Amino acid sequence: MAEQKLKYVNHPIPKKDAEAIMGGAPVYTDDLVPPGTLTVKLLRSPYASARITAIDTAVASKVPGVVCILTHEDVPKIRYSFAGSNYPGNNPFDRYILEDVVRYVGDPVAVIAAENEAAAIRAMKLVKVTYEQLPPVLDFETAEGNASVVHDEDDYFYQMDIGGDIKKNLLSSEGFEHGDFDAVFAACPVQLDETYYTKQNQQAMMETFRAFSYVDYSGSLTVVSSTQIPFHARRIIARALGLPPAKVRVIKPRIGGGFGAKQSLVCELFPALVTRKTGRPAKIVFTRHESFSASNSRHEFRVGVRLGAEKDGTVKALWVDSLENAGAYGEHAVNVIGLSAHKTLPLYGKASANRYTGRVVYTNTMAGGAFRGFGATQGCYAVETTVNKMARQLGLDPAAVRLANLPTVGEPMPAYYNETLNSCSLDRCIATGKKMIGWDEKYVPGSFGRKTGPHTYRGMGMAITMQGSGLTNLDACSVTLRLDDDDYYTLMIGASDMGTGCDTILAQMAAEILCCPVENITVDGVDTNHSPYDKGSYASSTTYVTGNAVVKAATQLVERMRDVAAQKLNVPATTLCFDGTTFTDGEKSLTVKEIGIESVNGQNDWLTVTASFSGKASPPPFVAGFAEVEVDTETGKVTLLDMVGVVDCGTVVNKSLARVQAEGGLAQGVGMALYEDVRYSTAGQLRTDSFMDYKIPSRLDLPNIRVAFEESYEPSGPFGAKSIGEVVINTPTPAIVEAIRNAVGVEIHSLPATAEKVYMALQNSKMA
Amino acid sequence: MELHLTLNGKPVSKTIAPDASLLNFLRECGCHSVRSGCDTGNCGICTVWVDGQPLLSCAYPAARAEGKNITTLEGVKAEADELIRYMAEEGADQCGYCSPGFIMAVLGMKRELQNPTEKEVKHYLAGNLCRCTGYASQTRILQKYLAEVQNNG
Repeated sequence: MAEQKLKYVNHPIPKKDAEAIMGGAPVYTDDLVPPGTLTVKLLRSPYASARITAIDTAVASKVPGVVCILTHEDVPKIRYSFAGSNYPGNNPFDRYILEDVVRYVGDPVAVIAAENEAAAIRAMKLVKVTYEQLPPVLDFETAEGNASVVHDEDDYFYQMDIGGDIKKNLLSSEGFEHGDFDAVFAACPVQLDETYYTKQNQQAMMETFRAFSYVDYSGSLTVVSSTQIPFHARRIIARALGLPPAKVRVIKPRIGGGFGAKQSLVCELFPALVTRKTGRPAKIVFTRHESFSASNSRHEFRVGVRLGAEKDGTVKALWVDSLENAGAYGEHAVNVIGLSAHKTLPLYGKASANRYTGRVVYTNTMAGGAFRGFGATQGCYAVETTVNKMARQLGLDPAAVRLANLPTVGEPMPAYYNETLNSCSLDRCIATGKKMIGWDEKYVPGSFGRKTGPHTYRGMGMAITMQGSGLTNLDACSVTLRLDDDDYYTLMIGASDMGTGCDTILAQMAAEILCCPVENITVDGVDTNHSPYDKGSYASSTTYVTGNAVVKAATQLVERMRDVAAQKLNVPATTLCFDGTTFTDGEKSLTVKEIGIESVNGQNDWLTVTASFSGKASPPPFVAGFAEVEVDTETGKVTLLDMVGVVDCGTVVNKSLARVQAEGGLAQGVGMALYEDVRYSTAGQLRTDSFMDYKIPSRLDLPNIRVAFEESYEPSGPFGAKSIGEVVINTPTPAIVEAIRNAVGVEIHSLPATAEKVYMALQNSKMA
Repeated sequence: MELHLTLNGKPVSKTIAPDASLLNFLRECGCHSVRSGCDTGNCGICTVWVDGQPLLSCAYPAARAEGKNITTLEGVKAEADELIRYMAEEGADQCGYCSPGFIMAVLGMKRELQNPTEKEVKHYLAGNLCRCTGYASQTRILQKYLAEVQNNG
């Protein structure tokens, strides 16, 4: 099968929605709002921790155009989690839609609905709230056991035991050990013990959070949302509002980016609540300020790494010890932390002992959520930077150290849920990346290797990473494929294309099996009333998990059509060949078009197939990333000169979309490495709450990022494919931090490596 | 207040709130290509032309557009579609949300700069942010697009 000639898969096919999304067609959420829709605005807490003792809405309610103002007294007292992930699962139920307690600056206090935005904003300023301020917990390292408790409510509950103690701000704790870490580590001649910090980075998709709601013809509360998780959204909305799920419907239009941010129900419940109360359509569009300060972000981490190795660089013992800041609510936090170990440790396949310990704490800062990489990114920075340091101490080439430690194909990976590695071309990724960046010609071991000016130095660094392809035994993704009343098909999916192009790549897979042009397949998604169930687009799952469902459905549909043709032609089905348009045994033949037409004339069944897939494993994709920087020792400014990522995502399903997704992921990693700083005031106010303060890379801040693919073949994947969505973000942070170290000798242990941080580190190293 | 201007070649008169932004005015006129990204004039997504000059419509009061000639992507659709084809071929769209603003900036640049270098292109477009692509694909298509379009007159 690996050698098959592919006609549609593995080709650079333009996205099905390209013309609409780029050409300004009304296809995004805010384009579809019906006339007469109420505008919803949220009054938010100015305090990081407070109890609301009174809310007076009397004056605000008199503002002309105001329709309702809702407070904690108007919402169901039902604890829920707005994290869109498997259910039952390990997200704590720690929220009300509105509560008389506020837990971070930005926590909603009142929902204002008005005929227009101006009236809503005017009323918002007139709501009088009396707060009893409480001392907040802002520092996650001192949160556990702190006198201030973030969650002390009686009806807080876990769906399962996750090792938490909320009276001590401990949301969860976990760990595992493979082999005897202490003994193996103690026997190692090379020992490192390092600590690293990462921040609450912003996903910063260009379309902010938004949704609108209305009651449809059947009386269902319908929510149109820019979401990655329509089916989870339906379940969560029903729970939080105390409705039967059958009375909730979620529709996903085109999405202006997500990167994980829209894997949580950040905004949907507010208009939904208003529609419930008023019966009228209602919409909410977050400002960029709200998107930054009152939604979700990457979780802040402290990662301790203890590494024991032989003198030849063979890693024998590796311990990842993670502390994670959940923020004020626990969405996704428990799932995120483990990935800092599960997706870093397996890369060092010669280790005989692994240990992982993790603790998640609450603080009075904005809750973390899902962001591309999901813990693996934080872990990758820490572990790979430690490995780079080990290589340096031993005088070894860091690329050679990676090659010497790679996990072996065919062997189980104890730190990766004991799953067997069935495809990996990381060795080729490293070799290709070295060639592309000119590693052998340009890399000079040690510090201050290449002086390029009176006070500028160049350095290089590299790192490797892995992610997963969906969640083992947890995801369920289904598709429905039907032959329509001619020779075209409709592929109905519940997977949520958020710009990544899954509508297109899933059609490519179906086209490959149906032997028809991609144009002959209409892709429809997502409306929970008619789409087949898919848990949504997250955890790098769509290509692999939903893709496998498409392969199943298309294969079954061809067999259904073959059976109909065999019956009509009165020949055995096994004698019929299919070329995409015709079934023939060489003498008699029947076209797909004839089957399609006859299926609506009552002469044969309407041919529809629904297939589901759930991964029995989560095959890891891999990336080898390489960076070259120039550092100015007078200013600390780091200029990224080159960034190369070589990707093993199995078979590349769509060569142009995968390339651009990889380039974009690497760019986000560069932002995390160099620019994207998150700062709070001492009172817990987010200071980096706009694009003026939170700098994402512009095109002047990036070199032309270069991506290559070293395809492997994943036997369990659709056409040999694995995921690509997340793995691409991980390598820039350790590669760039090592390149800085290689250039000027300073180690950066907390991201981002801003100019002032590099400059101060240089000053400190001079003084030392 | 009453606003009179030319929108995509056609005269438009409409009552507006004095503090209305050009962005909101244009969306109310049905120009869905005009989208908001940042509210602070940082991202370039809301780029339109005022008298042929690319400007940020989120930071431009609608009242200031009195008597002016406003062009959105809808007004240069055929030209935009040509660039869109290049972008689609390269997969440079991804979520597409920032594309109309980017396209308006590129078409504005095409009128302003003759045979710009890659560096000049990046400087001209620096205010157009994109979170999906990392810009490399945009650089690739612009090299092709500008060369071919300018060669074809």
